[in-house]
Amino acid sequence: MTEPSPDGRNGRRSRRTRRIVVPLTVVSAIVAGTVLSGCGQQRDENVYTVMNSSTDESYHRWDGDTLERCSKELGITIEQESVPAAQLMTKALRMASSKSLPDVLQLDASEMPTFAEAGGLIPLKDVGLTTTDIPEGIVNFGSFEGKYYGAARTVNTLALFYNKDTLDKAGLPVPTTWAEMQSTARKLTHGKRYGVALSAGGAEDGVFQFTPFMWSNGGDETKLDSPEVAGALDYWKGLLKDGSLSKSTVNWTQADVNDQFMAGNAAMMINGPWQVETLNAKKGLNWGIAGIPVPEAGDDSVGPLGGGVLTVPNTGDSAREKTAAKIIGCMAGEQEQITYALNSWMVPANTKAAAVWRTKAPELAALAGQVSTARSRTAKVGAQWSSVSLALQSAFQSALTGESSEAALKRAQQQVTSGN
Amino acid sequence: MSSTTASATPLPTDAKAPAAAAVRKPVNPRSTKRRRTLAQWGFIAPAVIFMALFFGYPLVRNIVMSFQDYSPSTFFTGEAPFNGLDNWNNVFSDGLFGKALWQTILFTVGSLLGQFTIGLALAVFFTRRFPLNGILRSLILLPWLVPMVVSGIVWRRIFDQDTGVLNSFLDTVGLPGDTPWLTSTSMALISVILVNIWIGIPFNMVILYGGLQEVPKELSEAAALDGASAWRTFRSVTLPMLKPVITVVLVLGFMSTVKILDLVLALTDGGPADSTQTLGTLTYQNSFVQMDFGAGAVVGNILILISAVFAVFYLRVNRNEGK
Repeated sequence: MTEPSPDGRNGRRSRRTRRIVVPLTVVSAIVAGTVLSGCGQQRDENVYTVMNSSTDESYHRWDGDTLERCSKELGITIEQESVPAAQLMTKALRMASSKSLPDVLQLDASEMPTFAEAGGLIPLKDVGLTTTDIPEGIVNFGSFEGKYYGAARTVNTLALFYNKDTLDKAGLPVPTTWAEMQSTARKLTHGKRYGVALSAGGAEDGVFQFTPFMWSNGGDETKLDSPEVAGALDYWKGLLKDGSLSKSTVNWTQADVNDQFMAGNAAMMINGPWQVETLNAKKGLNWGIAGIPVPEAGDDSVGPLGGGVLTVPNTGDSAREKTAAKIIGCMAGEQEQITYALNSWMVPANTKAAAVWRTKAPELAALAGQVSTARSRTAKVGAQWSSVSLALQSAFQSALTGESSEAALKRAQQQVTSGN
Repeated sequence: MSSTTASATPLPTDAKAPAAAAVRKPVNPRSTKRRRTLAQWGFIAPAVIFMALFFGYPLVRNIVMSFQDYSPSTFFTGEAPFNGLDNWNNVFSDGLFGKALWQTILFTVGSLLGQFTIGLALAVFFTRRFPLNGILRSLILLPWLVPMVVSGIVWRRIFDQDTGVLNSFLDTVGLPGDTPWLTSTSMALISVILVNIWIGIPFNMVILYGGLQEVPKELSEAAALDGASAWRTFRSVTLPMLKPVITVVLVLGFMSTVKILDLVLALTDGGPADSTQTLGTLTYQNSFVQMDFGAGAVVGNILILISAVFAVFYLRVNRNEGK
């Protein structure tokens, strides 16, 4: 055995090997390093991040302006990070496991309970935010198991949009009860035009649209097989049977419904204020807005509250969490709420702000009325909502494509109770 | 490589060539060997690390996850208690699983049959020489270039029962123009399969066309001289020669079809009434709508298993071809 002493050739070879091995190892190390470094991001001391789903240019810009004003007011730098709505929840969860959550997280109100239940949110009262001037319904909207986690800037709900010209031409008033809506829709159905359009698609859109019918009829998501829920579903089936509602409704999202209305293929539609920007862009379309018709005259029209809430994720850094609460306080301040509401056609969450807004957007008064009676989807079932929603979608789609409402809803209730 | 380097490197010794030793120092055969092994591993290492990180790790995690109670709170606490076969039981006892499995089979078999037959017919068609052959062939590639989600959205509009182009076209030519393409529980799956066939034709055509170029012209000429009809020639000469390519097309087609997700989401969202739910959409629904990652992992594992069976089949066929 002799000591390894490289001769010229071997030295060259080994140098050559090293020349290859080293870069390869370095590359591998870099790859591994990048993968692992994702796990421990350092937070910049003076830069705070707000993560939302404002990926649309206009929303991104409005939020950017708000954050610029708040940055100035609080003397810090606030950055906006926007993620598509459908990916926000999973992205936030991944950030939680890598301890890189943003300082403020805007969640859809229906997703907030899941995040709160997982222990991901700080109750806003603990970091100094109060609920003064916020109506009870909207406090509940941002609460889970009695704790207030999410501050809403604005809320939205569904309403009945109608084509003024079509109704005027037929000499028909805006319907206020189910019977009136059914007969009006039947009378307005003509040729390619349907009386009414709504979304009964197999996703959250359809469930959102079903809730005002279910709730106004006294039905409830805790008991899907009740006669009240079946009655609401039978009402939808009746519209379909009359031919006043297109069979394609089971395939439409709320955006599709809006397209149909704008194209003149529907005289009335159930939709939300987020469509107003698009509706106004179409010249010659003379639309009006009213509350969603109720089963019997005198009943309350109970619609679903929708929209995002601003939350403080549990990052374990209490100083930053307090600043995050201040950012939310600024974003959800009275003036910012009015600005945001006027931009996005939604209703301010704060009572005082809503009063100012009402004078500035009188054409949307019906919406304000609808919001005052509206309720949150997750108030009763909390984080269970996604299961209820899936079972309900499947049920009303089965019923609209042939099955009896009772049988479909009975199966849905079983599905929810068995936890599948 | 190893044998050539060994013979190409004569090893001088100190004693016999002292003069040379000044220039060339002696070498230890062991260290050479060790270096060579090291070099070989150095070449393999990036691939191994890459595979382990991006394939091995997720795969193992997914298998482990299917035996865990993996919920949103896991992301905060890092705790995912093992719950034995609970997830598996839940998935199997859910009526939706059987339905989705059956629909996945229908979707896969239907798509493959359609894509392959039409793809093969077009491939054969384009082997003839005629004007505009090249241009037409490139035009047929279009569906391949369109992203799946875009196809889904466009086709959803085409299929619309009332305002869709397809029904108005049928109306114009005197056929019933009120077909509920995506809105009836009995039609929706068929419509989704039709769109997937449309998407899959180019891939099948291109690969089979390439295969057909490899079939020697002399063979079919000989068959023709022997009096075989065109169909007989195709069946007894062309098809057997094309077999290896056909296997590739079908196995690759199978693996990309069985895991279908984006197209279904864009077209029907699994509806109406779950009639287009497949294993792919079920995984998505479990994991990202219900946030039940354990159940999602179960369905995902079943999909991996199905694909793995076909991958093994593919490798076996390929190995036999090589002999």
